[in-house]
Amino acid sequence: MVTESLVKIRNLTFYRGNRLIYDNVDFDIQRGKIIAVMGPSGTGKTTLLRLIGGQLRPHQGQIEINGRNVPALKQTELYEVRRNIGMLFQNSGLFTNLTVFENVAFPLREHTHLSEAMIRDLVLMKLQAVGLRGARDLMPSELSGGMARRVALARAIALDPQLIMYDEPLTGQDPIAKGVILQLIKRLNDALGLTSILVSHDVAEALSIADYAYIVSDGKIIGKGTPEEIRHNAASAVQQFIQGLPDGIVPFHYPAKDYAEDLL
Amino acid sequence: MNHKSTDQKTDWQLEDNTLICQGNWDISHSQQLNQRFNKVDLPAKIAIDGSKITKLDSVGALLLSKIANKYQARLQNFSNEHATLLKLVGKNTAEEQALAKPTQHNLLYRIGKNSLEAYEHTKQFLAFIGELVITLIKTTYSPGALRWREIVSNIESGGYKALPIIGLLSFLIGVVLAYQMGIQLQTYGANVFIVNFVGLAILREFGPLLTAIIIAGRTGSAFTAQLGMMQINEEIDALRAMGIAPIELLVLPRIFALIIALPLLSVWSDIFGVLGGMLMAKSMLGINFYDFLKRFQDVIQLKTYAIGLVKTPVFALIIASIGCYQGLQVSGSAESVGRLTTKSVVQAIFFIIVADAGFSILFSWLGI
Repeated sequence: MVTESLVKIRNLTFYRGNRLIYDNVDFDIQRGKIIAVMGPSGTGKTTLLRLIGGQLRPHQGQIEINGRNVPALKQTELYEVRRNIGMLFQNSGLFTNLTVFENVAFPLREHTHLSEAMIRDLVLMKLQAVGLRGARDLMPSELSGGMARRVALARAIALDPQLIMYDEPLTGQDPIAKGVILQLIKRLNDALGLTSILVSHDVAEALSIADYAYIVSDGKIIGKGTPEEIRHNAASAVQQFIQGLPDGIVPFHYPAKDYAEDLL
Repeated sequence: MNHKSTDQKTDWQLEDNTLICQGNWDISHSQQLNQRFNKVDLPAKIAIDGSKITKLDSVGALLLSKIANKYQARLQNFSNEHATLLKLVGKNTAEEQALAKPTQHNLLYRIGKNSLEAYEHTKQFLAFIGELVITLIKTTYSPGALRWREIVSNIESGGYKALPIIGLLSFLIGVVLAYQMGIQLQTYGANVFIVNFVGLAILREFGPLLTAIIIAGRTGSAFTAQLGMMQINEEIDALRAMGIAPIELLVLPRIFALIIALPLLSVWSDIFGVLGGMLMAKSMLGINFYDFLKRFQDVIQLKTYAIGLVKTPVFALIIASIGCYQGLQVSGSAESVGRLTTKSVVQAIFFIIVADAGFSILFSWLGI
């Protein structure tokens, strides 16, 4: 690849308790691209985002953002780096006691000393970008799931971050909301010159907008490449995942003792 | 399908070494069938005839296959549909094995495990206190960075709104104290000493302690629940992702709010407690308000009042830090919010009483 990497992960090893989540893996997140990270539920996709955001420390390996190794940063430096990262959570993570407007204004008020008029203009601009300028006075509890995610997206881009990480943005959304969110991700990425990491298990949707994709399973990267390469990847595990076959290299049954034994 | 057939009685009988089953072998009849099977002992190697079974679900199939296993019976005349279900259930129960013994650890193991857990919790709590102190030191350099809006709103919800309940309960405690003590004093004709007693007990002990315990139950639990829900909603993750330390935004304002509110609430509690005692002194011992207050002024030193109030910021610190710490420990589910809220209240009250005992020792050591 010609473009340089914004995030460079090398030899990442991470355990949760005794369970190996990542076993010596490398990721490259190219500047300006949408990178999809896919895999079965429970394989640590969200964990990867937390590792990049410095909320978890790897047991081994480097995670570099703009050349700065995240695990080695001090608390204050870490918060500095995080200001350049927007993050969209599975449950939106909107502040339930603030209105939509205040939610989007929150990072601006926290990190800048802009005048109230400027903040107002910026917030309305971001809300306009996600199509919810009219919903500014609603409380998060009054929003539908899809709208809440769009507000969270507006908040995530409030500070014009370089990198934005989406944690399962499509889960539990109806087809229309899915389409809207996907389009937004794509449009924002291209218009604002962002770099996006999209964690998802909606294969078709994620592949439709991604520039590059990783498929992780059992702590390893089992497939990577452009969407075209992924679709034609011959590995059986990759095929099981992208075609949604119930049983294969990833078993249908969670590891358990003998069924007969359990029934007695 | 003819629905009349479902009215057929669900039962079984034994004819010529054949167990003839009929009716609905489903979850709603399973208990009744099972009870009948438990009462009787069937001969071995019988046949089980299923031609009259109108409905069979997985519970019925499991029952049948257990019976079949127990008496080495064979199944016959089942419809295709039922036979498939029986095969599926039978396949999974066929190879019966001895029940694995539940692992029971000995006392030593459990003591060790619990000690390690307690050690881990203490370590985490100390880390939390450490982070808190560092943030606190930073804010003393720049008091402007303190979130006054948050502090004021917490004073309102955690302090101002607690005024009625604290007033009422303190008043009642004052009445009860004066009543109980009044009976004793009357027998000695030492009525007037009720003033010393009520004044000392309320100002020095009951006012601050009662207030702290009520606030631990009311506001400490609210802190845990609020932060816990924020944790579940990923609001706290969102804060961290925005580069804002939750301690600074959420914990510190709550602690400051309580440190300001609790002494004030204790004064409020003192007033109502003494008022309760005064009312009881008048109605029971015949000491009118003027005499009561006059004597109160003479016998109760300012020191007593001050000793009571000195303790309150420490209580506030205990309540708020435990409440917030437990809130941040929440993970995953609503069940965890409930468990940690209980824990936060119990721990806070425990440590308030321990601290109060500590103060008593300290004060007697200092001779005040």
